[in-house]
Parts: sequence; structure tokens; C-alpha cells
Amino acid sequence: MSDSRLAESARIEQHAILGKLEDTDEVTVYFEGAPLKARAGEPIMSALIAAGVRVFRYTKKGSPRRIFCGIGRCTDCVMMVDGIPGVRTCVTEVRDGMKVERQHGVGNWKAETEIADGH
Amino acid sequence: MGTEKKPAIVIGAGPAGLCAAIELKKAGAPVILMDENSKPGGQLFKQIHKFFGSREHKAGVRGFEIGKELLAESLSLGIDVRLKTEVVGIEKGLRVWAVEDRSRSYTIDAAALILATGATENALSFPGWTLPGVMTAGCAQTLINVHRVLPGKKVLMIGSGNVGVIVAYQLMQAGAEVVAVIEALPRLGGYGVHTAKVRRAGVPFRSATTIVRAEGAESVERAIVAKVDANFKLIPGTEEVLDVDTICLAVGLTPSIELSCLAGCEQIFVPELGGNMPLHDEYMRSSVESVYTVGDIAGVEEASTAMEEGRLAGIHAAWSMGCMDEAIMREKTEETMGRLLSLRQGVFGQKRFAAKKRIVEKGALR
Amino acid sequence: MKAEESLKTTGAPNLDELRAAGMLPSVADFGNRGCVCIECIEEIPCNPCETSCPQGALTVGDPITNLPVIDRAKCTLCGLCIPACPGLAITIKSVQGDRARIRFPWEYLPLPVAGQEAEMVDRSGEVVCLGRILAIGNPPRNNRTAVVTAEFPEEFVEEVISIRRNHGKI
Repeated sequence: MSDSRLAESARIEQHAILGKLEDTDEVTVYFEGAPLKARAGEPIMSALIAAGVRVFRYTKKGSPRRIFCGIGRCTDCVMMVDGIPGVRTCVTEVRDGMKVERQHGVGNWKAETEIADGH
Repeated sequence: MGTEKKPAIVIGAGPAGLCAAIELKKAGAPVILMDENSKPGGQLFKQIHKFFGSREHKAGVRGFEIGKELLAESLSLGIDVRLKTEVVGIEKGLRVWAVEDRSRSYTIDAAALILATGATENALSFPGWTLPGVMTAGCAQTLINVHRVLPGKKVLMIGSGNVGVIVAYQLMQAGAEVVAVIEALPRLGGYGVHTAKVRRAGVPFRSATTIVRAEGAESVERAIVAKVDANFKLIPGTEEVLDVDTICLAVGLTPSIELSCLAGCEQIFVPELGGNMPLHDEYMRSSVESVYTVGDIAGVEEASTAMEEGRLAGIHAAWSMGCMDEAIMREKTEETMGRLLSLRQGVFGQKRFAAKKRIVEKGALR
Repeated sequence: MKAEESLKTTGAPNLDELRAAGMLPSVADFGNRGCVCIECIEEIPCNPCETSCPQGALTVGDPITNLPVIDRAKCTLCGLCIPACPGLAITIKSVQGDRARIRFPWEYLPLPVAGQEAEMVDRSGEVVCLGRILAIGNPPRNNRTAVVTAEFPEEFVEEVISIRRNHGKI
């Protein structure tokens, strides 16, 4: 499924109160097969939003969803992570080589066998 | 069986929980502080604005700085802080069942339990509310202030209470444009100084206005708003299209009372403070022996009141565990109650004061 | 203190509301040496303005919900209260001849630059006139609230409260 990305990153590099965004280690996360740069220690949610991803999943009836509460209480943000469906991306930290995919409905575990061992 | 050997367990490491744990530790009581998140601080680290109150309330200090101070104090005191730890059960005798890092579970018998689990933001449903781009105000605040990412470029803020207005200001500080702040009531809810800050940035406030629907193919592309009458009925012919990609909901919070229900605490319905919440007395004791409830779980107010309530419970629990003299407990309690009282004054505070008074009167009768 | 119409429907107080709360200085106050303007008209528990003033010119007292009272005789116009107010409600204005000056708090990027032209706005964010940035200060004791000084035509001294914020641009 094609996805329109924002032209530039949505990172807030400079801020009047918070100052300059500190450098962190970079990790690579794979979103639908495409590599994305993420900041070590951040949740999957913000790495995807920074890269301009607008849709995180589709419900059984095909409704697009992304995030709602952002702190792990509503489950709107769930995606398939390393073959496991229903993972709350707002409270799950990125890991180098992590594979993140949109799930459809409740997702499935079949994909686990299709994913090469990326650990 | 000496109760001094069993620890006090504080659940939730936000401002209320941190202050409770600090009082307990300072009194020499054994204490464990648990939090389900990977970082402590609750909602404090998102608060980049300067707090109100007086010097003793840390007025003029930014929320995240207060968070850092509390954390530093808890670390220097050597408090046993267990992160990524979810409490999933509370049994009689105060046995707490905790799951650590979603992989290891254990139980602990507690001498006292302090529930400081906070509150959850409310949802508002309207056609299109599930579209990517619709989120709570707190969610936007987490993204911009904690993760340093913009959720979108053009925002509609729904709700003019302090949360909505403060987050609208912070969205602008982060580089977004706030297209409007709408409020269903005829008058705006937040402090005048907060709304004035946002208004002088050119953001229009629309009172007696609600959202009709959000539209967009795969994410929010526009919002339709309209005026409402005194009964919140849409006034025909007043629809307006707003060009936005993000819609933030700031429509109140509800105490996260699950653990207090598991513990068997009697609940009371208090609409002014968010809905159902555990009953408590003036020492923050719930209806269950040795269980205290503090902070937003005991009624949605502010970080400053949460801190004082946490202190009250920590002081009382320390005394009940035999770790503090009664005279000292009374003195500290009186000081803390005095500071709490001064936070519940004025045109905004007195409603909360009246609500809390009702709770404590009912809580004391049992 | 009952809530006011303009403040609670548009978000900003109008001049009548400020005057009714004793928060609108007179023309004489502006022309003398200048004066502190505190647009704080609701009783909320808050008193950092009082504790920030080295001259004791600002009084809130007890209870801390009292509105601040300015003793203009004691005020030296040092401006420490401007960044101290958590509500960003304090400015210092003065008039000399046909020019007015305002010192106001600012917490956005980009920070204004001394010498640049400025669009002066009123309390609803409407540009009412052009002005010029004279200075900007952001010492550590301000805790990241910059204080900007700008000058503009004196006939707008009551209306002007800040400069235009550039939407969507960092």
C-alpha cells in the first residue's frame, strides 16, 4: 500500500524551552520493508511519525488508524512488530533491525515464519 | 508479625507517588515505588510551562524541572524504584501481584499501599474521530515535548480548559499552527492568562462551538465545526470548514481507578473531579485499611495538589508503620494541609475545594 | 471576582475589563518613566511576581489568590517581574514624545533580533502598527523566558501587547 510521506522530517530540532535536540545513537527500523532512521530509546510511534507515516494499521472493516492516547492505554496504535501483532507502538522502544508492519484487523502470527531472522 | 518488616508499596511514580515515596523513605520506612512505564515522572516531563502557586509550591519552576528534582531526590535517598512493573492484582492482607517487564511476576506483602495511578484522558466521538490525526491533547503534548516530533502542522484544539489551552500554546512553541480552539460551553474554561497568551498569537477562540465531523481519505484533511445552542444542539447554517491535519481532544480526564476497585475501595461519583473515584479521608486513607489514594486517581486537579496529597499519605503511612513520631506526623500533616488548602482557593480552586470537602466528609463517616 | 465577558469568550481581556480590575495604567503612568502593566484579572493562587520584586513593589499577600497591587513609587522598572510571571501577563510600557516602548515576555523561536522591524499586535493578535526591536535579553535567571524591547508609535500604547508570532515557521 503506497503511503504519502511528509516532505521533511517532523522532528523538532530547536525549541525555545527544550533547547537543541540532543544527538542519540541511531537505529534502523524497517517499516513495511523500507529502512527508517530512529533515535535510540524512542518508541516506535515517534520514529514513524517523524518519518511521515500517516497510517499505522487498518481495522477489519478497512478504517485507517494511527495514535490516540500516546501513553499505552487505548491500543489505537498497535502494529505488527517482528511478526507479533497487537504491539502498542507508543510504549515499545525501537531496536536496531526491528520489523514494523501495518496490521489488518487483529493481525496474524503467520508472518512470523516469513520474516528472516533479523536479530 | 511486625508490620515494620513489610514495605509500603507506592504504585505510580508521577508527582503524587514520588512525593509519597520520598516522605516514607525520609522517615526511614521501607518503601518500594512501582511504575509501569520505562521512565518515572508521570505527566510531569511533558509540562514545559512554569507552574503557578507560591514559592513553596515551586511556582515559576517548569514542570519537567520539578520532575527532575523529585527524581534526583528519590535517587539520592536510594528509593527502590521498579520501572516497567505493572501491578495486576491486589489481595486482602495487602498482597500485591506485580509483573516486571512483561515477563516475570511476583507477589509482595505490603504494610501499606499508596495508589497514585493518575487519570486517563477522555475521548469525544464524532464522525471521523478514528482517522489518523485525531488524538488527545496529552498525546500531542507527549509527542512534542517528550519525543520531539510534530504530530501535524495545522491543529484544531477541542476544549478550552487549561489542558487544551496550554497544549495549544506548546504546539505553537513546537512550530505548529493552531487554527482554532473551540469550546462547547458559552464561556472558556482555562485561566485567563493562559487563553490570553494563545489569543495574542492570533489564535481564534470559538465558544459555544463543537465539532460536527472530521474528513479525509486516510487521515484528517479538514474539520467541520458549528455553533451550538444552550442545550448543545447544533444550530443549522453555522457550519464552517477548517483546514487542519490534526485534531486534539482536551475534553477532560477520568481517574484511573482500576487498582482501587481491585483493592475493594469504596467509590464515590464526583463529576467536578472527573467521575468515579475512591473515597478518602483527610489523610488520603481509602475505605480499605492501610490503602491510600493520592493524586489524580483521587480526583483530577493539578500536579501541585498531587504532590501535597502524596506527601500527606506518605507521612501518615510512615507514622502508621511506626516510623514517625505522632507529634512530627501532626506537624508535617498540618503544614501539608495548609499548602494544599492554599492551592484550592480562588475562583477556580473553590469548586475543587467544595468537591474534595464532600469526599472527605463521606470518607470520614465510615 | 466574577469572570469577564471578553476574557471568557474571546480569550483576551478588553480594555474595559482591564480598567475595571485596576490593571490599565493611565496615560500619565506611561509618560512618567513608564510603568509595569500586569494583566492578571482572575483570582488564582499565584505570587511569583511578588517574590521576584527586589523593591517589594508588588504585593499579593495572603491569600495568594489576591490580585497583585503595584506600588509605583517603589518600582524601579527593573523588569525582573516580566519573566517571573508564569502566566506571561506582565509587560513594561513607556511613552516618550511620539514613541512608545514595550518590554514583553517571549517564548517562541525564532527569537527576534535587535534592529529588525516588528509587527506590533494587540491582544487578539491583530497587527496594529509597525515597530522596531530594540533589544532582547534571555539570561539564565529568566529560565528561558526571553524579554524583548520594542518601540512603536505612541498612539497604540494601550493596544499593543506583543509582536506577531510567525505561524508554522521555526
